[in-house]
Parts: sequence; C-alpha cells; structure tokens
Amino acid sequence: MSDSFDKSLEPSRRGFLAGLAGFATLTLAPGVVLYAHAETKPVGAAGAKVRWGMLVDINQCDPDCTDCVTACNTEFGLVGHGRPATDAQWIRKVSVTDPGSGRTQKFPVMCQHCSDAPCVDVCPTGASFNRADGIVLINRHLCVGCRYCEMACPYKARNFVHEEITDQKPYAPRGKGTSEACTMCVHRVDAGGTPACVEACAKGRGAMLFGNLYDPNSAIAKRIAAYNTAQIRSDLRTDPGVRYQGL
Amino acid sequence: MQTSHSTIQYHTLEGKNVGNWIALLGFGAVAGVGLLAALYMEHNGHWVTGMTNHVVWGMPHVFALFLIVASTGALNVASIGSVFEKTPYRPFGRLSGLTALGLQAGGLAILVLDLGRSDRLITFVTHLNFTSIFALNVFLYSGFFGLVILYLWTMMDHRMGHAYRPAALAAFTWRLILTTGSGSIFGFMISRSAYHSTLVAPLFLALSMSFGLACYILVMLWLQVSTGKKYPSPELLRRLRILLAILVGVSLYFVVVHHLTNYYVAERRDVEKFLLFQNGTFAWLLWVGFGIVGSLLPMLLSLAPRNTVGSAKVALGVASAMVVAGGLCFMYVFIVGGESFPVELFPGKIVSSSFFDGVPVVYTPSLPELLLGIGGFGVAGLLVTVGLWALPMLPSSFAEE
Repeated sequence: MSDSFDKSLEPSRRGFLAGLAGFATLTLAPGVVLYAHAETKPVGAAGAKVRWGMLVDINQCDPDCTDCVTACNTEFGLVGHGRPATDAQWIRKVSVTDPGSGRTQKFPVMCQHCSDAPCVDVCPTGASFNRADGIVLINRHLCVGCRYCEMACPYKARNFVHEEITDQKPYAPRGKGTSEACTMCVHRVDAGGTPACVEACAKGRGAMLFGNLYDPNSAIAKRIAAYNTAQIRSDLRTDPGVRYQGL
Repeated sequence: MQTSHSTIQYHTLEGKNVGNWIALLGFGAVAGVGLLAALYMEHNGHWVTGMTNHVVWGMPHVFALFLIVASTGALNVASIGSVFEKTPYRPFGRLSGLTALGLQAGGLAILVLDLGRSDRLITFVTHLNFTSIFALNVFLYSGFFGLVILYLWTMMDHRMGHAYRPAALAAFTWRLILTTGSGSIFGFMISRSAYHSTLVAPLFLALSMSFGLACYILVMLWLQVSTGKKYPSPELLRRLRILLAILVGVSLYFVVVHHLTNYYVAERRDVEKFLLFQNGTFAWLLWVGFGIVGSLLPMLLSLAPRNTVGSAKVALGVASAMVVAGGLCFMYVFIVGGESFPVELFPGKIVSSSFFDGVPVVYTPSLPELLLGIGGFGVAGLLVTVGLWALPMLPSSFAEE
C-alpha cells in the first residue's frame, strides 16, 4: 500500500521540482541580467564607476570675478539680446547674505546635475535625461518646449530659448522653442577635458574642481572626504553632483 | 432634427436662426484670432510674450488651466442626472457632455499652441516619460475625451442604453482622476513654495466643480436666448441656484484652507505674505477678484430670494459670470503669482544675482498671449455650437420631471 502510494507521488514531486526550477529561473534571471548591466545604468546605481561632479570652494572664489560665467558664454555662444529676463544664463554668480550676521558670499550656480533630478522626472517626452555618468542633458530633438522642467528645477538652472538662434556651436545645437542648461561641457568631458568654467577658474584662484566623485583617488573625492562640503537644498534629496565648500 | 431618449424630446440648433450664425462666426473669429496670435508667437519666439525664464508659464496657461479644470466640472450636470439619478438634470445631460468636451478642447488647444515646438506634438505619443505627471495627463485628457464621447453615445442611442450607467460612472470617475492629475502638475512640484502641497489636488477638484457649473449655466442661458426655449426648467433652476452656491462655497473653503495652511508654516509664510498682502496685483485679484466678486457675491446672488423666474435666471447668469471672472483671477494668482515669488535656493537668506534670484519678478502679459488665451474660449464655443447644430442635444421638453 505504502509502496504504491510513493510511486504515485513520485512523478508529481519531480514535476514540482522542475516547476520550481523554472520559476526560479524566470524570477532570478532578469535580476541577474539587470545586475550585469548595472554598471552602465543610471547615476547612483550599484556598481556605477563614474559620476562627474564639481566642487566650488566659496572661500577661494573671488567675489568680483566672473571668469567662469564669461568662459561659459564664450564656449556656448550665449549672447544677450538686451532682454535680461529672457536672455540665457547657464551659470551665474549668486550673492547670498545671512540676515543675522550680515556675512555675504558670492559664488557660481549652474545646473546641479542631480541624480534624482526633478527636471528629468517631469519632462513629458523624456527629453531631459541623466547620463550614466551623472551629467543631466536635454535631447533637443525631443524637447517640445513645455517648460515644465523650468518650473520644476529648484535651482533655477534651466533656460528657454526665446528667439531664433544662428551660428550655433556644433556641440551645442541650441534652438528656438526648446529648453537648455549647463551641460557640464559634456563635449569636453567626453574628450578627456574639463568644463570651460573650471578651466577658466584654474587660471585665477582655482576655486572650482571637476572630477569623478566615485573615484576615491580623484582630487575632488579626496577634498570632499577631507572637508565639510554641502549641496544646495540638500533637504530636497535631489542629490546634486555639484558641491560647495564653505557654504 | 428631433430624437427622443426615454420620454424627452431633443432637437438641434435652428439653421435659419441668425443668432446661431452670429454665435458660430463670433466663436470662429475669436478662435481664429487666437490661432493667429499663436502663429505670431511661434514665428518670433516667446520673447514677444510677457513670459520669461522666471515667469515661465503665463496668460495662456491661466486660460488653459481654467478651461481644463472647468471642463471636468461642466460634466457635473450629466453626472448628477445619471450617476446620482436626479431626474431634473437628466434632459441636460447631453449638453453637459458637449460643454465638457468643448471646454477641454479649448484648454488643450491653448496648451499645445503655446509649446515652444508645437510642431513636435507627435513626440507626446512616440516618447512618453511615465514619471512625468504631465505625460500622464496626456492619457487622462485623451481618456476623458473618449469616455465622454462614449457617454454621449449611450445617452443618444437607445440601443446603447444598457451601457448608459456604466459609461456615466466611468466618465465621472475619470473626471475625478483627471482633475487630480491637473492639480498634481503643481502639487508635485518641489521647486516653488507656492505649489508643493497635497491640498492642491482636492483644491482643483473643488474649483472644477464651481468653475465648470458656472460655465455650463452660461451656455444653458445663452441657449435659452438663442432658441427661445425656457431653459432651465423652474425645478432645475431652483436646484442649480443652490448647487452653484454650495460648490462656490466649497471652492472658497479649499482656497482658504490652502492659504491658511501655508501661512501657518514658517517655511511658507513669505510666499503667502507676498501673495496675500505685499504684491498689490495678486492681493487685489485674490481678495477682491476671487474672494468677493468670484465667491461671496455669487453665493449671495444665487441664494437671495427672487420674485420671478426671469429675475432668478438673470441673477444666476450674473453669478455664473462672476464665478468665471473670479476663477480666472484665482488662476492668475495661483500660476503667475506662484512663479513671481522667487525660487528659494537659500531659504532664509538674502539672495541676489543677474538672473533675478531673490527678487519678485514682474510679469506683463502681451497682447498675443492674451488673445491666445481668449482664443481657447472661442474654440470651446465653436465646438459646442457645431455640436449642437449637428446633433440633437437640446431638450424640447422636460418630460422626466
């Protein structure tokens, strides 16, 4: 009796084990594949090796110097049209005064290249995106000019092209009716260089530092490890790639 | 052309009526001027508008958002008749659905024509980013259109009678989700102090009810004039007067709670002071435009006893027009006012820059963007007029009463 019972049970047990193996394959395989791809996936993902970032040492920044702004304008051909409210400013010097102490600091603010960027979240067409190395860019062929990203950016880093533009730089295809912002000079970075603002600053007091935040041996990572640095509006948890020393 | 659903007789707009032609051409002209204004903006770039890198959304968005919010509320009358089974509302269900479609089309037309690259509209279909509440709204808008058209079909075709209640319920549920989505465009925004709040979605829901009903009443009263029919019936008139007062009251309640909550929190107090007291334009538009003209007076006008049906209709019409005007005032303060208050990069600090950091931004709307906004009303009116001309949507009798 017991023998016949065991025999009748055996095939179904085998089937169960086979099913279990199949189920495990189906559920685990995508995870394994995703894990394998993780290194090329978005900023902050486990295993990512590069996150480009900047460090601005406010104590070193000359309050009256605007070399970084000039360098950016030259690099991207940003010219004013005599209309300050619509003219593009990808980087600007901001003056911040503490009302209690009266202490004033002046330093540059640009796109903060957040890993959890509100502009990327809100963009209806996915034109705003995070590169795997942390740089936030806009695909101008997908941008429809809704300006939701401008509304959503807590750093006021985005601009809208309000007029016809000619003689664009080949690496910055700016166009009327689309949004734009600091690209962290991605064309230079991809060629092994540094952003124009950082390069210009290096000729002065060298208050700006560019590098790989994830490389513990990089100058920027070492400085961040050694000194107190801060992100603007860190309370919003957007995790900017631009940090400030002395803020 | 006349058809009937249940015992109610319906007819189309009279083709020989001069007034109808004037309405058609008038709405067409307003829509056309709006289109020309959009082409002018498109050709020159947005610098010809008052919108800047600081006040990013302006007058077109004020009108667009008003129309989109009102459109869902305009469906109220149909929903009350079918979902909540209040028969006096039922003869006007078709008109309610059509008005909802018209207002929605008007609002969307403005939004699309204001885009920097309207020619890339297809991108909304080919490249949707599902983390964007804006992209989700594209689904909500198109779904609303589809469901209201289906709902109208079930109202107009007796063979579809079995789907009438489900369609009504689906459209009602969808309009609640859609308005929540519209509110969430702002409610989810962490960057600007005036917006980020869970209260914005229910606030928009409340506003949609009052704005939409007011728009619907105006359409109904206009049709009374143009068709010579006694719209609305005395029973419906009585109900509409009470309903408008209640919905306006609920809207006012949510607006008060929204501002009070923000004012109570130290972090938001500056923006509230700015909107409520410091900036003359916004304070005036909010207190007088929305508060008194758009809320308190319409409530009084709606509820005050009237001796004749005629005077009650006039009072209701004036009250509705005031609700619409007040609604536009509210939207202006909400959108433009919220943007004019500086983005707080360094809360509690005194900030300045060449990029208007730390200072309130002055927005002066230009004529083209104003015309584009008004053009949205033209599109809405045009669609409603053409719809009424083509399909039997106007009740000739109120037999269900």
